[in-house]
Amino acid sequence: MSAPNKSYDPVEVEALKPEEIERMRDEALAAFAAASDLDALHEAKVAHTGDRSPLALANREIGALPPHAKAEAGKRVGQARGAVNKALAARKEQLEAERDARVLVEEAVDVTLPYDRRPAGARHPMTTFADRIADIFVAMGYEVAEGPEVEAEWFNFDALNIAADHPARTMQDTFFVNAGQPNGRRVGTGSASGDVVLRTHTSPVQVRSLLDREPPVYVICPGRVYRSDELDATHTPVFTQVELLAVDEGLTMADLKGTLDHMVQALFGEGMSTRLRPNYFPFTEPSAEMDMVCYVCRGDSVGNPDRPCRTCSSEGWIELGGCGMVNPRVLTACGVDPNKYSGFAFGFGIERMLMFRHNIEDMRDIVEGDVRFTLPFGMEI
Amino acid sequence: MRAPLSWLREYVDLPAGETGRDVQARLVSAGLEVEKVEQLGTGLKGPLVVGKVLAIEELTEFKKPIRYCQLDVGTANGTGEPQNVICGARNFRVGDKVVVALPGAVLPGDFQISSRKTYGKVSEGMICSARELDMGDDHDGIIVLPPEHEVGTDAIELLQLVDEVLDIAVTPDRGYCMSMRGIARETATAYGLPLRDPALLDVPAPNSYGYLVKVADPIGCDRFTARTVVNVNPEAASPIWLQRRLQKAGMRPVSLAVDITNYVMLELGQPLHAYDRGRLDGPIGVRRAQPGEKLTTLDGTQRVLDPEDLVITDNSGPIGLAGVMGGANTEIADPVRDEQTGEVRGTTEIVIEAAHFDPVAVARTSRRHKLSSEASKRFERGVDPQAASAAAQRTVDLLVLLAGGTAEAGVTEVISPSAPRTISIPADHPDRVAGTEYGRETVVRRLQQVGCDVYGADELVVTVPSWRPDLTDPNDLAEEVIRLEGYENLPSTLPKLPSGRGLTESQLLRRRIGRALAGAGYVEVLSYPFVGEAVLDQLGLEPDDPRRRAVTLVNPLSDEEPAMRTTLLPGLLGALRRNHGRGAQDLALFETGLVFLPTGEEPAPPKLTVDRRPTDEELAALDAALPHQPAHAAVVLSGAREPQGWWGKGYPANWADAVEAARTVAREAGVELTVRQAQLAPWHPGRCAALYAGEELVGHAGELHPRVVKAMNLPERTCAMEIDLELVERAAGGPLRAPRVSTFPVATQDVALVVDASVPAADVEAALRAGAGELLEDLRLFDIFSGEQIGEGRKSLAYALRFRAPDRTLTAEEASAARDAAVAVAAERTGAVLRGA
Repeated sequence: MSAPNKSYDPVEVEALKPEEIERMRDEALAAFAAASDLDALHEAKVAHTGDRSPLALANREIGALPPHAKAEAGKRVGQARGAVNKALAARKEQLEAERDARVLVEEAVDVTLPYDRRPAGARHPMTTFADRIADIFVAMGYEVAEGPEVEAEWFNFDALNIAADHPARTMQDTFFVNAGQPNGRRVGTGSASGDVVLRTHTSPVQVRSLLDREPPVYVICPGRVYRSDELDATHTPVFTQVELLAVDEGLTMADLKGTLDHMVQALFGEGMSTRLRPNYFPFTEPSAEMDMVCYVCRGDSVGNPDRPCRTCSSEGWIELGGCGMVNPRVLTACGVDPNKYSGFAFGFGIERMLMFRHNIEDMRDIVEGDVRFTLPFGMEI
Repeated sequence: MRAPLSWLREYVDLPAGETGRDVQARLVSAGLEVEKVEQLGTGLKGPLVVGKVLAIEELTEFKKPIRYCQLDVGTANGTGEPQNVICGARNFRVGDKVVVALPGAVLPGDFQISSRKTYGKVSEGMICSARELDMGDDHDGIIVLPPEHEVGTDAIELLQLVDEVLDIAVTPDRGYCMSMRGIARETATAYGLPLRDPALLDVPAPNSYGYLVKVADPIGCDRFTARTVVNVNPEAASPIWLQRRLQKAGMRPVSLAVDITNYVMLELGQPLHAYDRGRLDGPIGVRRAQPGEKLTTLDGTQRVLDPEDLVITDNSGPIGLAGVMGGANTEIADPVRDEQTGEVRGTTEIVIEAAHFDPVAVARTSRRHKLSSEASKRFERGVDPQAASAAAQRTVDLLVLLAGGTAEAGVTEVISPSAPRTISIPADHPDRVAGTEYGRETVVRRLQQVGCDVYGADELVVTVPSWRPDLTDPNDLAEEVIRLEGYENLPSTLPKLPSGRGLTESQLLRRRIGRALAGAGYVEVLSYPFVGEAVLDQLGLEPDDPRRRAVTLVNPLSDEEPAMRTTLLPGLLGALRRNHGRGAQDLALFETGLVFLPTGEEPAPPKLTVDRRPTDEELAALDAALPHQPAHAAVVLSGAREPQGWWGKGYPANWADAVEAARTVAREAGVELTVRQAQLAPWHPGRCAALYAGEELVGHAGELHPRVVKAMNLPERTCAMEIDLELVERAAGGPLRAPRVSTFPVATQDVALVVDASVPAADVEAALRAGAGELLEDLRLFDIFSGEQIGEGRKSLAYALRFRAPDRTLTAEEASAARDAAVAVAAERTGAVLRGA
């Protein structure tokens, strides 16, 4: 490094001549522009901005200049270096963008590949359908009540005003349980013990609810029930029933009708309604059979032979189940004062309802547990 | 009950154009379940006429004997010449009157009749059987008509072939609708028309010279009417109208006397019995059977009687099961013709029984002897006791009219007096039941239409008619008013409920468990809970395994499966096998449901009344009679848990998935399961995990025993888990206490511990946790290694420990100290040695 030379004319220093600075700058810019990738750019960067680059060397010469000349030379070199750095940065950014674009293209995949790596599961539609029905009533303020499936006859029949010799007991084909015995072996073929049965309806849960609670009682009882039918396309010996019981002061048949209407609208949409037809059940009086407007044809098939409806046999109505005002004798057996309280109740099997809601043709699909049937139903219904 | 519309019109003047479907709609609305309206004679077209057999030529050259008949059909064939017809039946002779379908006629089922060549002759029509005319299933041959009908008479009209029949399913409370009289009453009310009551007959007063009847059991039989008809012509046959009505109502014509009793039963609802007086031995009695007594009933079956059976007797002993079926030894004899003298012998003197029996007694006897008859069906549902004498009178009248009999003057009536039933109701009771306003006037009018006598203003005193034994309570009367006013006219309102509390914790938990298992890839199955010993054997259960102690059914659907499940696995494995059999490879199924676990010591439940609330002790005794019925959850798996694919290898379902399924279930209850090695059928003895919630054993999981897999024909390496949800739920704590989340940095320490191969990993982990203290945030086993370097019978477990303090950044020394403390406890409890140390 030279010592300051006060008489030194910067113009006379070869490296600091304006033309020389310009040339160095232009050479650098040309080198950057010529660099076709980031590696080449890096080489050009070292050559033109590094410690040994011409502009860096020229910069060093400034120190040797007399003070009055330093400013002008410094400014000239500084401007040149500034332009070079800026061009470098711009070129770098450009080349990086090009590289990134190229890499992303190379990383592209076939996003249409299937991915069944984690197998799906599902709840059974009977479960989710029962839940859905229960939820409609829970939203209205009902409780969900449950009870045993192996049940004492008193709960299943007697308390429901179905006396031992009542013809109604022959209407339901009941599974009777053998009296206590060890090791699960059948003892003889004896007649029914007449004491314990597989519940034939969820009504014993209603009885238990009334015994457990003080009125008002509003419960919905979904559950498995048993009747000794053979399995076929439309029957199953084990099926799911939903029953409702409301006991309060001043309840009427109109309340029953309104509650049924609300249910079918909540399950099947606006415009659905129910119809009551007189019938007989020992546990209700008055009693009724309840129908809903056919979900499939909405009544269009009635008197329209060109468009028959298999679901409702072109009747326009689908039979749901039985209902009525709780027989005061049932209230009495449960310790509820029939002079103060009245109640309504209904019950229906939900397999058939599930069948027409989801276009299921064969009951066996519901009971056999084939995953191909159940999977599409997912978590909720 | 089948009600022909033509018969119904005899009692109610229905509008002329009213069809069966119209009547059906009205009756359905009034509460009669008219299941269908049968159209008789649809598409039937004449000429169908009465013909007389003039000559029969037997054709014998065919496989079966054939008759070539010459018939006189009058001028019905347009010529008056005899009509020649081929016939395969043989139950007729020259001179008989038959029904002839002439060419051009169309029989039911679109059966076109024409002249055609057959059996080498031209047959100009057909001689008809009952079945061909849709009259019944009788196919004993062609119809032979009574001789009085003129040849050429239109047989469509004569045989009343075109009609409509209402088929009504009568509910148990509506016994009176098991009769034309009852259905006519409902029809009249539905149309607002008057009823011609067929029971309104003049009946002579009872006297003391009728057939002697002694009723020893006035509870079982509160009414017994006996009438006698003599000089009955045993040759007399039932006229066509009578036969046709019976056929349309679904009964087979038998003989005149029997047909008449059946007819009157259909008409009035009163079952009747006809005795051959010549075969009765002394007075008729009614009593309970004596032990060991026997009776051969009309169906030819000899029955050993039960002391509860109500029987009809004479001096010889029982001659009938009261209200169910008569005995063979006193029945009306079939007429027999003496071929030599031409004399016809048969019953000429008939004693008619019209009685009223206790519905419960009849129902029990009917059930006990598995014998359901038209009579028992009616008595069980309740017969109008006041109709007995009218029914007897009607039977007498018909025997006189149709059989040429003479009514004897004696009229026996044994009656236990009973007052008609009255019920008091507030006049607005039906309004309050229905939730609408009918008003007193309507209520009174409707009750009167039902047949009640009604008195009173605000408080109505209602006397119910004798044919409605089902009307006993105020609500029964309310129902009558509401149904006649129309259920379809009820308003639709909603009750105002108290605010609800939603689902219970237990219900929410079961839903969460279902969702969690489905979310983990399991598909729910709802299998039948019926099992047999075979499947328990296949599961390899020991003879004294408590799961063999099952509730069994008296009347199972299949004798192979008489018991209720004590475990969910049989049904679930059955579903797995079924799916596998249908081609599914990778299966993961779950079920939640009740299992039934009797102790075998359950006492019989007490017999409780229903006229009051049982006491708490009585209710407890009922519950004590029932088996324990906890909810279980179970899963089964086979094939790949994760399939192989473009992403790489899959992995087969294994014992650990089954254990994890249990944790998935328990996690929803907020319960942490601990796992211990166990041995229990049906699991693989080396791959069975006992699942504990605290110290309570709640279930098992693992791979199934290879023998079980083979015995049950399951896919290899099938895995299963079963857990008691009741116990899991009981172990659940309250609401979760949220963890404090520290934002200070984590300090990670890895340790590899060498232990004896038999040391359970769970023990090592528990020791590490215990030793690491509060600074331990998390711990994870990330590798297991065994090999020469470790030593024979040893294994190395590599754990990643994460330490973090709630209030500061841990120093390296602190983290190391915690790790060392953890290792020290592991060393102490499990003999673990730090690897490489």
